[in-house]
Amino acid sequence: MRTLLAAGLALAAATAAAAEIALDARRSGYDFARPEIRAMQDDETANPGMLWVLQGESLWARKADAAAKSCQDCHGDAAVSMKGVAARYPAFDPVLARPLDLEQRVNRCRSEHQGAEPLAWESEDLLALTAFVARQSRGVPITVTASPTLRPFLDLGKELFHQREGQLNLSCSQCHDDNWGKRLAGSVIPQGHPTGYPIYRLEWQSLGSLQRRLRNCMTAVRAEPFDYGAPQAVALELYLMERAGGMPMDAPAVRP
Amino acid sequence: MRKPGSARSRQKRSADAVAAGLALLALTAAVAPEDTVVGDAIPSSLTGAAGDPVRGREIVVDRRLGACLLCHTGPFPEEKFQGTLAPDLAGAGSRWSEGQLRLRLVDPTRLNPDTIMPAYYRVEGLTRVGLAWRGKPILTTEQIEDVIAFLLTLRD
Ligand code: HEC
Ligand code: HEC
Repeated sequence: MRTLLAAGLALAAATAAAAEIALDARRSGYDFARPEIRAMQDDETANPGMLWVLQGESLWARKADAAAKSCQDCHGDAAVSMKGVAARYPAFDPVLARPLDLEQRVNRCRSEHQGAEPLAWESEDLLALTAFVARQSRGVPITVTASPTLRPFLDLGKELFHQREGQLNLSCSQCHDDNWGKRLAGSVIPQGHPTGYPIYRLEWQSLGSLQRRLRNCMTAVRAEPFDYGAPQAVALELYLMERAGGMPMDAPAVRP
Repeated sequence: MRKPGSARSRQKRSADAVAAGLALLALTAAVAPEDTVVGDAIPSSLTGAAGDPVRGREIVVDRRLGACLLCHTGPFPEEKFQGTLAPDLAGAGSRWSEGQLRLRLVDPTRLNPDTIMPAYYRVEGLTRVGLAWRGKPILTTEQIEDVIAFLLTLRD
């Protein structure tokens, strides 16, 4: 019994929540990036993510499949109607009774309002539309907050963020709360704030979604990544957004 | 070390301690031979033989095999990208005995449950291990002995 007690204490220590980052110590991935990368993000003519934004702008106005309605036919001028939207996603969908991220929202509009097929995750068109929508929130502070309907999903996301996983047995929190600013081999560990998604990542030579980024971190610790759009993946996105509450959006960001 | 799941431990476990017992299993069950941990060390070789320090060095600097330099720095002038999450490996062979190094590689969470250093020879108590790695320890017993033989050469 004494062994059980001792192990119980050890377990309590192992699962104790790591210290969260103080509000005034929060830094975007931008602040950890090399000056050349920051310059690339800041200059619209050099930021490769802007190619997707432009592509998204034309898709916004294009009529999709059966319903022959474009995004614009329902939403009008994106600069007005989409301002601040990405800053409050994932958002609760009352019909599905769960949060949807921006990618899922776009596909929901396609199926419900445009009679169109969903776009595949990481497809050029989905990246373009989400980049275009997210771009309309540049500078807008993230406003995902814990409403009662979102609470259980946020709690799940927070739990997953603190759960050790994979063969290397590391949690997101151990890197992004406890060891940010230090070097994991060649890379500086950022705090993991999702302010700039979708991002252009030099390593990918492409734009990519937040879910793609999370899958990278999960496979790095040799864990089985969540499927694209899985409830756990959306819960993690939700927690990351709440954790970054108040930070300004800067999509499409550029990262190493 | 108690053998997880042995008849004796099953008997001892009272109903209200089942949950704690499961947690205990998760923390201590290892593929390492039981009854081999003495204090903060595993004194005897996992293979019964001494490792090869030359192969050990290769494992330590290999990003996929040992992946030690993800977190550690060390006396490896040819390696450009080294981590800053963990102590410098220089002098590790002076600071620790062979047996202490062995337990630190096999399962450092037995010494510090909060450590970020992975257990290189434990497959129990892990969550959502990727298919390619499931049920396999990070290193084999031979590789662990090679790494220990190499670390012992790192003297101040
Ligand atoms: C072993 C350390 C480690 C773990 C564990 C880890 N990450 Fe990361 N994460 C990194 C590093 C390093 C980067 C930056 C990579 C780069 O830029 O090359 C990163 C980047 C990120 C980013 C991008 C931030 C930005 O500025 O664009 C997010 C978001 C993120 N991680 C979330 C997570 C989540 C969620 C988990 C758990 C599922 C997790 N990470 C687990 C090391 C880790
Ligand atoms: C994900 C991070 C990580 C990885 C990967 C890692 N370690 Fe460690 N290691 C640590 C940390 C942190 C410590 C400090 C003590 C602690 O927290 O348990 C440590 C401690 C040690 C120590 C004792 C420290 C001392 O005082 O000299 C040795 C020896 C060691 N590690 C060797 C290795 C070897 C060899 C490998 C690869 C086969 C490795 N480590 C991989 C994080 C890591």
